[in-house]
Amino acid sequence: MSITTEPRPLPSLTTPHRGERQSQSYLTSERGILSWVYTLDHKRIGVMYLVGILTSFLVGGVMALLVRTELLTPGRTIMDADTYNHMFTLHGAIMTFLFIIPSIPAALGNFVLPLMVGAKDVAFPRMNLASLYLWIFGAVFLVAAMALNGLDTGWTFYTPYSTTTNSSVISATLGVFILGFSSIFTGINFIATVHTMRPKGMTWFRMPLFLWSLYATAIIQVLATPVLGITLMLLIAERVAGIGIFDPALGGDPVLYQHFFWFYSHPAVYIMILPAMGIISELISTFSRTRIFGYRFLCYSSIAIALLGFLVWGHHMFTSESAMAAVIFSALTFSVSIPSGIKIFNWLATLYKGSITLTTPMCFAISFIVLFALGGLTGLFLGALATDVHLHDTYFVVAHFHYVMMGGTLMAFIGGLFYWWPKMFGRMYNEFWGRMSCLGIFIGFNWTFFPQFLLGTKGMPRRYYNYQPEFQGLHVVSTTGAFILGVGLVICAAVLVHSLFRGRKAPANPWGVATMEWQTSSPPPVHNFEQSPKVTDPYDLSDFVLCEESGNYDRPSAGKKQKKPGEITA
Amino acid sequence: MMARSAHGTYSSRFRAHHFETAEQQYAASKLGMWLFLVTEVLFFGGLFVAYAVFRTLHPEVFVNSAELLDTRLGALNTVVLLFSSLTMAWAVRCSQLGQQRGLVICLTLTILAAVLFLGIKGIEYSHKWHEGYLWTSRYSASDVSSAFDRAGTFFSIYFAMTGLHAIHILVGIAAIGWVLRRSLRGDFGPNYFTPVDNVGLYWHLVDLVWIFLFPLLYLIG
Repeated sequence: MSITTEPRPLPSLTTPHRGERQSQSYLTSERGILSWVYTLDHKRIGVMYLVGILTSFLVGGVMALLVRTELLTPGRTIMDADTYNHMFTLHGAIMTFLFIIPSIPAALGNFVLPLMVGAKDVAFPRMNLASLYLWIFGAVFLVAAMALNGLDTGWTFYTPYSTTTNSSVISATLGVFILGFSSIFTGINFIATVHTMRPKGMTWFRMPLFLWSLYATAIIQVLATPVLGITLMLLIAERVAGIGIFDPALGGDPVLYQHFFWFYSHPAVYIMILPAMGIISELISTFSRTRIFGYRFLCYSSIAIALLGFLVWGHHMFTSESAMAAVIFSALTFSVSIPSGIKIFNWLATLYKGSITLTTPMCFAISFIVLFALGGLTGLFLGALATDVHLHDTYFVVAHFHYVMMGGTLMAFIGGLFYWWPKMFGRMYNEFWGRMSCLGIFIGFNWTFFPQFLLGTKGMPRRYYNYQPEFQGLHVVSTTGAFILGVGLVICAAVLVHSLFRGRKAPANPWGVATMEWQTSSPPPVHNFEQSPKVTDPYDLSDFVLCEESGNYDRPSAGKKQKKPGEITA
Repeated sequence: MMARSAHGTYSSRFRAHHFETAEQQYAASKLGMWLFLVTEVLFFGGLFVAYAVFRTLHPEVFVNSAELLDTRLGALNTVVLLFSSLTMAWAVRCSQLGQQRGLVICLTLTILAAVLFLGIKGIEYSHKWHEGYLWTSRYSASDVSSAFDRAGTFFSIYFAMTGLHAIHILVGIAAIGWVLRRSLRGDFGPNYFTPVDNVGLYWHLVDLVWIFLFPLLYLIG
């Protein structure tokens, strides 16, 4: 197949901008804390997001370990029941709003998206920085709730409890409201960038799949988040003034709150998983050294998931809505499994007969497929009305969404982090220990959450402080797994931190990838590209040659062709 | 390459470095603004859903309570906002044609109309406050008949919707004020009018929300 593209005219890229030295990387071009505080560079903003997000992950993770420790025995183990309620609520709220939702789009997406379209920045760099500050601001409010009276409503803030409890619901919901703005700003930025800043030659169906998934995610961020915003405003008004919209004591409707809340929060789980799926598409293709299988189906399935995701919120209320509504929502819920299944089968078909290298990112990608498939399949039990009556609000639900959110999104996030780490910081990491961390996380994860499926089917309700002695065995197993998981994550962090100080210098293209971010140096210069990047087929991996000395993948044939401008062999 | 689009050549003074052409920048800003308006529609959308739910549950409460609103003041405010939308649209046209004086006059008129709207709204609010036509927990009107049992619910929604709308008017005044300041500086002309255009879009949306609020709240009696 031969395709011709015009190299994009980017005259200003090659001329230095305001005296900045082009050869310097974005990390070292300017120094001092203020150069980070005021930066409009999407790469620096991405790195700052990454630091904030990983910090939140640490805090949320420590809380998870405390919760699991408490559950070692029925009754009191290390904390009283009230503290336990605060602990699992903040674990959920921090992990959801501060970690998973912004993790891939705001940290990795911010860094990678403009590079992938060969642009100098996102469409609205100031709004991008504003989004980071709103995130920090929102995080302060959310964490302030912990310092004030705590928060014991569960991360869902269900009324009427959230309108009557003494804990700091207003501070926490204001925090989430602000975080919503941050998320919307990222979404608007990504849609505008993908629409208006793609280079000539990069048509919609020649975009890398990570861009497709970020685009689909941004659609949800823009369409769903405002509804959460107004819901939380009404909740605050309910608490402050008693407007009687949600509070049944004043004639309000608490189920209306649930509908409003899940109209955002169910699409939000696709905000969490879609970008993860995009990362997996990149990783699977790269490390199988084959063209991604079913490219168009992967694009369409991202959009399908984004749109269908808006129609299934009612499955969170099977027990409180009409039977008719429950049947409809159940059917719609099953429909989401179609595009998800398409993705899994396309990844498997890409692996088939590929020459697979088990690098660290690939280990995480394969873990993702296993864990996401398990999480997705157990979702079918919850989407089916008859089984849901039994499994509703049990540990089965907890295990299900941890398999999808943690086994899915977290695995892809870490895989993507390892994949783009050399590009972000210009350093290679220790492959052996990288793989070991994946093994530790994979084993620890299953050890923690598989027993919770069993607990759920036996009837252990979620969020309970106390439980029947018969459940203790499985709780002990689960808690043991949580600590193994913790060790795996610590190894992972150690590998990455070690690479910053001792890592081998990374070449421009250590994995032999055709997407544009690998055409610039690692780490990239301030304005991303020294020369206008070439628009090529993002999944044509055929003519890369590994230079043993530098570890870089070159394209000798493409380089020769370059002398005749306008023609690139695919 | 820059000169050929419908929007003519832009002065490069306001082109950010990461855009290749001013047209690209214009297209991006315009798309970004429309996306923001979409989020606004969904933000208000939640309240419209709440309105629909409670009106379906208690139609008689809504019909009776709406009688307590002052339709004349509501209609007057509708006219005021429609007028402000006209002056705003005119301002955008002036900026595109480079009519400095017209631009400043139109923006000033728009701000004055917005202030007038808030003034009339304030009269309505203070009247409701004195009569005790307030949201559920503060509802204290003395003329509560059995049909008015839940009038507080209506007024909760009334205050939530018009209050949120009033906040948007305030933000609009600030935004138009910013554009006015820039136009006094002579920033805008046929080559560069994106901020006027985008603020105008926002203002029309705020107006449009009121076009829905007025009949749904005042005219259902």
